[in-house]
Amino acid sequence: MIALDFPEINSILVWKDLFPSFNKIALIAVLAAVISITIFLLAVRQDHKEAPKGIRNFAEVIVEFIEDGVVMQTMGKEGLAWTPFLLTMFLFIYLCNVPGIIPFFQMPATARMAVPLFLALMVWVIYNVTGIKHQGVGGYLKSTLFPPGVPKALYILVTPIEFISAIIVRPFSLAVRLFANMMAGHILLVTFALLSEALFQAKDKILIPVGILPFFMLVFLTSFEVLVAFLQAYIFAMLTAVYIGGATHPEH
Amino acid sequence: MEAIAQLIAAEMTPAELKNNAAAASAGYAYGLAAIGPGIGIGYLVGKSVEAMARQPEAAGMVRTTMFLGIAFTEALALIGFVVFILLKFA
Repeated sequence: MIALDFPEINSILVWKDLFPSFNKIALIAVLAAVISITIFLLAVRQDHKEAPKGIRNFAEVIVEFIEDGVVMQTMGKEGLAWTPFLLTMFLFIYLCNVPGIIPFFQMPATARMAVPLFLALMVWVIYNVTGIKHQGVGGYLKSTLFPPGVPKALYILVTPIEFISAIIVRPFSLAVRLFANMMAGHILLVTFALLSEALFQAKDKILIPVGILPFFMLVFLTSFEVLVAFLQAYIFAMLTAVYIGGATHPEH
Repeated sequence: MEAIAQLIAAEMTPAELKNNAAAASAGYAYGLAAIGPGIGIGYLVGKSVEAMARQPEAAGMVRTTMFLGIAFTEALALIGFVVFILLKFA
């Protein structure tokens, strides 16, 4: 039998500092910000009256995707002012997720709790402030804690549930969803990579061809991670839009 | 059963015992947490496909709502996964 020693969790998640207080996670996050800024700065330099070409095409596709796929579906026309914010969130999260499958990076920046937690707290502050700005403090609390159309006696039950779900569970689930998805993908990739390596180097010669199986699984999971990286960024942007939309226009 | 447990306990240091209990309960935590969301996501996607087949022109809207529903349902399983990590490694 082969015994597979899974490495310490810290050795696959904690990276050495490149220079003091700047490690690989920070490098990926900075690169994600720089790349997304560069794409749009290059795109905006082109003359907007001519037919778009090159990088501007690409930028317009992303903007249209956010407008049609996220904003129009959840907030409608009046939500279009939120496009830049949602676009920034989507692009940053996507570019933080994708290094999980890029060789030599091999680590999604969002698999460390700090990044998704900060993004979720930012969204939490923004939708609460938007709600208070649009409806006033009283109106916002009334529409979130006392949803209309509920029998009066049920408010004893409904109000605490609504409070917990709107104030505590929303940012928590937003952060944990992104974090756990990327972390799970990362650990799965590590597991299958280690398993195929251990089988390829097994002393028992008969085990070596068996190593092909986890290797195929590794290839399959890598392509699955391409999908997950996109889907998680999309869902994060979508839920942000839903929360902001819900705060600006309470359900009647 | 108890005699065997005592026998095993005598062989191990408390730290080892704690590690073993943590590893076993981590497995249970994730396994149990995956049951409900598994059923839920299956039901959700099945119904969405039904709706899309019945009314293909509403497919875009159904798909958006489906992804939102999946995200909410999946969160439960993911919290189970986080508990798994905390039990196993923390």
